[in-house]
Amino acid sequence: MTTLAIQAYRLHLPNTARPVLAGVDLTVEARETVALVGESGSGKSLTSRSALGLLPTGAGTEGTVRVNGDDVLTMTGDQLRALRTGTAAMIFQDPRAAINPLRRLGDFLTEGLNGRLAAGAATERAAEMLDAVGLPASVLGRYPGQLSGGMLQRVMIAGALMGDPALILADEPTTALDVSSQAEVVALLDDLQERFGTALLFVTHDLGLAAAISDRVYVMYAGRIVETGPAEALFNRPRHPYTAALLASTPRPDAPGGRLAAIEGRPPSLREALTGCPFAPRCPLATFLCTQQEPALLAVEAESARRAACHHSDRTGANDG
Amino acid sequence: MSFLRFAARRLAEMAATLVGASFVIFGAMYLAPGSPASFLLAGRSASPEALAAVNAQYHLDEPFLLQYLRWAGQILHGDFGRSITYRTDVSRLLADRLPATLLLVAMALVLVVTLGLLLGWIGAVRGGRTDATVLVGTTVAVGTPAFVAAVLLQGLFAVRLGWFPTGGTGEGFGSMVWHLVLPAVALALYLTGMLARVTRAAMLDVLGQEHVTVARSRGVTEYQVIRRHVFRNALGTVLTTGGLIVSTLLVCTVLVETAFSVGGIGQLLELSTTTKDFPTVQAISLIMVGLFMAVNLIVDLLHPLVDPRITLGARKATG
Repeated sequence: MTTLAIQAYRLHLPNTARPVLAGVDLTVEARETVALVGESGSGKSLTSRSALGLLPTGAGTEGTVRVNGDDVLTMTGDQLRALRTGTAAMIFQDPRAAINPLRRLGDFLTEGLNGRLAAGAATERAAEMLDAVGLPASVLGRYPGQLSGGMLQRVMIAGALMGDPALILADEPTTALDVSSQAEVVALLDDLQERFGTALLFVTHDLGLAAAISDRVYVMYAGRIVETGPAEALFNRPRHPYTAALLASTPRPDAPGGRLAAIEGRPPSLREALTGCPFAPRCPLATFLCTQQEPALLAVEAESARRAACHHSDRTGANDG
Repeated sequence: MSFLRFAARRLAEMAATLVGASFVIFGAMYLAPGSPASFLLAGRSASPEALAAVNAQYHLDEPFLLQYLRWAGQILHGDFGRSITYRTDVSRLLADRLPATLLLVAMALVLVVTLGLLLGWIGAVRGGRTDATVLVGTTVAVGTPAFVAAVLLQGLFAVRLGWFPTGGTGEGFGSMVWHLVLPAVALALYLTGMLARVTRAAMLDVLGQEHVTVARSRGVTEYQVIRRHVFRNALGTVLTTGGLIVSTLLVCTVLVETAFSVGGIGQLLELSTTTKDFPTVQAISLIMVGLFMAVNLIVDLLHPLVDPRITLGARKATG
């Protein structure tokens, strides 16, 4: 069974001119690592949070978000709690903000089980999970302020593993950490995902990191999936101008001229309605057609699962090194 | 900082504060218009011999500093002097009257803490019309002075309905509690409103923090989210106002005990001030200062328990 299946998912917020998510299709198979990439405000965090039923107040939804076959959007409170304590878990960006600073980390770890185990068994499981992320059991009695950011993110990961989930959602889990902790956390996630056989949806704005960790990548722009495909193929030959621009703006030591190529302009605001391709105003390849008609997400290469939402996908990436 | 060092520093600070306060309290007698001797003779015309006798009896002919030291030395031996009005030892007067005041303050404190926290919790969590009702209610409570509340409560519950006595202290514990219900309510009203508002604001602040969303995302039940994360984290702010609340309770006993004729030290302070009973006023003032310091010490000791980021003696949380 597909672990996470999002279909034709649209999400509206009050007082906005366009849907925040405009028809997202995304799947994560069992044991698969999938990256969701995009700029701030592209809707990638909203998409991943929707898998836990965490919606902003006043949000209206269409479509389905299925986790292990059950639609999260129609769940009752009890079903949602069962989903959150067992089937799916999330790792958040900043562990300092995400973990209550006044409570012991042992309490943080065991409370995610919500009474599914007796107190003693829960503490034992917490110690086991701490061991799995490479931390001693003594951390159980510590407070968040006594640990470094990298260690705290490991505790966060251990917390996500407590309920033995089928799906882990990692929302920019390395953004708030320093570089060496980032590498450690990524390696740890990769390792744990293999060991525990969970599916992983890795949300990030770093395309290089996404390519390194994931099997498949989804690129998101203005609440739409604009390109998807196997990580390596997408990284080597992007078929959407936005993906190409994202790649070009990733800092690399071998970049020509040693300068960063920033993407001109900014993502469309939620207060303006969109016609045509949402990326057209920033796109070097845009033509009249792009401003008039929104491109559908179509297969671009017969032999692989690559799809791009671009009228000019055959011209994209042709001259990219 | 180790507990011992903290305790030593705080004890030294408290001793210094007490010395300073006692000096001010004793000196205030000299700043009041007229000489102490003329107050003692209560305006009666006295012969120079009588005046000299009074001056000698109360050591008023000695230099100020010597008088102060004599007074302070007596207090250190537990002797607060003799009341001029009641013609008994001040320590006896206090021993008779302290229980009523302490019981009154304790009853009011229970009301303030339970109702204040409950109303603040409900306002912050329910929102909407419930929150609006809490806000209006606490605004009225905060805007009602204790003496107005006292008169209203007496009129309704004592005179009109006859549920409670209009005043007095009562004999024995049960009767004392019964007599002190209305005074305690009058005393608690303003502070309940204040604590409810502080609790509500602190909880709303925590509700917006990310770890609350994270707790929800981990399937923690809403009640546990509120109790273990929102309310728990709001307690630090609430505790900070706790010191202020107890201090205000002590000061307001003067008004409420007078309004309800409760025989406590608040009423005694009011009576002895109007009769210029200096030894009594001085003793009560000094006890009030001592109680303030004790309350602040308790709050400081409780803070590290509520917030592990605070260590004893440190002013700010680190990290």
